[in-house]
Amino acid sequence: MGSPKETPRKWGDSFATPPSFGDVVFDRVFRGVAYAFTVLTILVLAYIVFEIGGKALPAVKEYGMQLLSSSDWNVNRKVYGILPEIWGTLYSSLFALAVGGVFGVAIAIFLTQDFLPHKVEIVLKNIIEMLAAIPSVVYGLWGIFVLIPIIRPLADFLHEYLGWIPFFGTKLNGPGLFPASLVLSIMILPTVAAVSQDAFRAIPLKTKEAVYGMGTTRWEAILRVMLPTASGGIFGALVLGFGRALGETMALAMLVGNSNQISLSLFSPANTLAALLALNFPEAGPMEVQVLMFAAIVLLVITLVVNVIGQLIINFTRPGGAR
Amino acid sequence: MTARQVDNELRKPSFEKNPYERRALQSYVLSTLTVGMAILACFPLFSVILMLLYRGGQRLALTVFYSLPPTAFEDGGGFGNAILGTLFMVGLAGLISIPFGILAAIFLAELGPHRKLSQAARFCAKTLTGLPSILAGVFAYASVVLVMGHYSAWAGGIALSLLMIPIVMLTAEEAIKMVPRGMKEAAYGMGCTPAQAMMKVSLPVAMPGIITGVFLAVARAAGETAPLLFTALFSDYWLEVNQPTASLAVLIYNYSGSPFANLIELAWSASLVLVLLVLVLNIASRLIGQRNK
Repeated sequence: MGSPKETPRKWGDSFATPPSFGDVVFDRVFRGVAYAFTVLTILVLAYIVFEIGGKALPAVKEYGMQLLSSSDWNVNRKVYGILPEIWGTLYSSLFALAVGGVFGVAIAIFLTQDFLPHKVEIVLKNIIEMLAAIPSVVYGLWGIFVLIPIIRPLADFLHEYLGWIPFFGTKLNGPGLFPASLVLSIMILPTVAAVSQDAFRAIPLKTKEAVYGMGTTRWEAILRVMLPTASGGIFGALVLGFGRALGETMALAMLVGNSNQISLSLFSPANTLAALLALNFPEAGPMEVQVLMFAAIVLLVITLVVNVIGQLIINFTRPGGAR
Repeated sequence: MTARQVDNELRKPSFEKNPYERRALQSYVLSTLTVGMAILACFPLFSVILMLLYRGGQRLALTVFYSLPPTAFEDGGGFGNAILGTLFMVGLAGLISIPFGILAAIFLAELGPHRKLSQAARFCAKTLTGLPSILAGVFAYASVVLVMGHYSAWAGGIALSLLMIPIVMLTAEEAIKMVPRGMKEAAYGMGCTPAQAMMKVSLPVAMPGIITGVFLAVARAAGETAPLLFTALFSDYWLEVNQPTASLAVLIYNYSGSPFANLIELAWSASLVLVLLVLVLNIASRLIGQRNK
């Protein structure tokens, strides 16, 4: 007899058996299903665009580009135009981006540039992230009953003494662009802060050591080296924040005042695309639904473009380049 | 003093810290400003939570959990049907999106991470994350409500699932990628089929990360209002899945604009319940995620 190592064994004698028929079938089905769902992800997005676009087509045929350029919205006369909504969407989002962006980047600097002990940093980071967890309808409620009463004296003061500046040209009567944009900036702040923090954390430690080794103050280091190095990621963060602001619905529907006008004043009521959809959809007639579908596709295109740009910027500026 | 000594004195740099130097002052001012902004940024969260406890807590009693909403001039009442509606629609959305997200994530992370298809799907998922929630509602309206001919809890659940799918999928992908390579190789080396290696090794190890993503997605869906506005609508009666269905978020929205004090108080109480639910889910997901690391 040879050594046990050389003993040839038949199939079934060892632990190692080929997968049974059941195993093979399960494997095939499992992989097939995973493949199918991956394909389905792409199809879902395509189907969303197709479905909304298809429903909007009759309105485009009927009204053409007048929809984009007119600022009338009258259901009885069957006149529709979404220019004020586009204006309101961009204006409120830009304002929110300015406020939320400055705060978000400042907080990202505060949390990454060794201002605080590590444990406090984590607590503050979690608090800021919790801001994103609160549902937007609750922010709307808070805006109506807490924020508007708080900012009204400030708005009155600004209007009274600086009323000649177009931004403060009207009085704040309850809902308006200003409270809506403020709530919006609170909602995009966590996004901007989180993505900018990633950008700051991606800076190699050696860069930091080199800068401080040259004897800079903390803020010289931040302003001249850290910010420029992280600028790509921060820019991406701002674009993503902008994308979130454009699509935000409930807080705006509750706070923006729902008025069809184009005004430079921050304190006048306005309207946005998302709020228009939220407010008019439930009671819309067939023709109005088509126009609203058109507004939806405009919103979809704007947000898709902004989000894709933001995503690309972040991918390309990440160390290691594009993925 | 010789000329040489003066020269040396002039060239010697000062290593003293001078607090009144321009650059030092700039540093103080900017630091103070940043601290102030950080504190100011925390203010909304605390303000929201305090107001919820103060105004929502007043009205909160056991009865609101099992009674129906009051009519305009009635006292009392609650939002039992809205809680039930939210649970049903979020549950339905979970039933759709959790298997969908996890299976697609398995493909993205394991079966074909570098294929063109995976890259396209990943890109679409990221784009779906940025989809405005109202558009999920518009889509569900066009593809479910118009086809079925009436508002229903089904349409609401489908709209919510659209928002949950990308969150579940992208977090699950990250979690599965984090499973040590050696463990997967050991499984394959023992003769596992890819499906067996996934089910018996990768998925159990990645489970905490996947659950984190699921909790985050559920928290997001529970708080969403816009997709439900014209898919589930609202109802004053108990849950009937083929009829308009109430949800906490839409209840808050509808009652916030009401002129009746009782309804506004109910909106605050409903907000408190909703925020507690969402925050608990968020904190739970964080704890699970941290234990994993």
